[in-house]
Amino acid sequence: MYQWVSLISLWAIPITIAFVLLYGWRKQIPVYETFVDGAKGGLTTTIRILPHLIAMMVAVTMFRESGALELLLGMIRPVLDFLHFPEELVPLALLRPLTGTGSLAIATDLIAQYGPDSFLGRLAATMQGSTDTTLYVLTVYFGAVGIRNSAYALKVGLWSDLAGVIFSLLIVTYVFS
Amino acid sequence: MLNAIWLALIVISIAVAAINGRMEVINQAAFEGAKTGVTVCFGLLSILAFWMGLMRIAEKSGLLELLARALSPIIQLLFPDVPKGHPAIGYILSNMSANLLGLGNAATPMGLKAMEELQKLNADKQVASPAMCTLLAINTASITIIPTTMIAIRMQYGSVNPVEIVGTTLLSSFGATIVALFIDRWYRYRHTRRHR
Repeated sequence: MYQWVSLISLWAIPITIAFVLLYGWRKQIPVYETFVDGAKGGLTTTIRILPHLIAMMVAVTMFRESGALELLLGMIRPVLDFLHFPEELVPLALLRPLTGTGSLAIATDLIAQYGPDSFLGRLAATMQGSTDTTLYVLTVYFGAVGIRNSAYALKVGLWSDLAGVIFSLLIVTYVFS
Repeated sequence: MLNAIWLALIVISIAVAAINGRMEVINQAAFEGAKTGVTVCFGLLSILAFWMGLMRIAEKSGLLELLARALSPIIQLLFPDVPKGHPAIGYILSNMSANLLGLGNAATPMGLKAMEELQKLNADKQVASPAMCTLLAINTASITIIPTTMIAIRMQYGSVNPVEIVGTTLLSSFGATIVALFIDRWYRYRHTRRHR
């Protein structure tokens, strides 16, 4: 299983690249010029995303560094105890929708502290792997096309993050204990 | 809603720092955060430019269209307002398959191209359309077959079996995606009823 998985992750990108290029070549597309033309789009998109990303990163960093995150954790502690949710994982669950790199740092920290094969280590890895940075995805995707009103997208994203956290807890508990 | 969250995050942070008498932290965090925004963005630039270049070849050669036609029944179900054979479908599909393989970096440029195409179909350019919300829901809950980063970190810390979280991650993200699609449908239903 492990070899199969690592083989796929190793080959997926090279095969995609080769296939796209060869298919384009067979259809008599000037592959080099077409690539360069498309890559230009990456530059304009990045410039368009930049202000949105700066805005969000400033808010999230302030929230973490000011101690507001700690305070929030203290307030919801009774709920956690009631749900039997491990307190150590709350910062991860809360930060996951806000910052990908921030939550990755927390997950790595948990794995280093409790060991990769502990319950908390496995749960942290599963949780990090099965949810996504909703606010970041929303900022980048909607920022790129100039959407100002995200309608109900944020609500759906946050609910599905919560679902991911709950599923992680249930499944890791069921499989590994 | 994004407006409210952003405002709340900043105002609460400043208030908490004021109560704790640690205002210097806010000054530092503001500039630190802005710097991180730039760093992340330029990290994206290389990957975005590369995949968008490659995707342009796939687009011009008709590869995307081929893929879109093969898998259009699924997309028709998830995105009822996108016309058959529209270029958005090809990008949505590439975005979904890249997410499936855990290639988050490759998924973003395709997702952005899909958004651009959906924006062309959008009546109000300032407000996200239901199709855009569905695409976002799929991306935030994304089904992951290979959680590459987490496997790497588990290896680094000497796990006996680093890949044993593949199964739990797959199940958990699959569950989250199903939930996300149902919640999306519920909000979409309420949204369209209100705007009719």
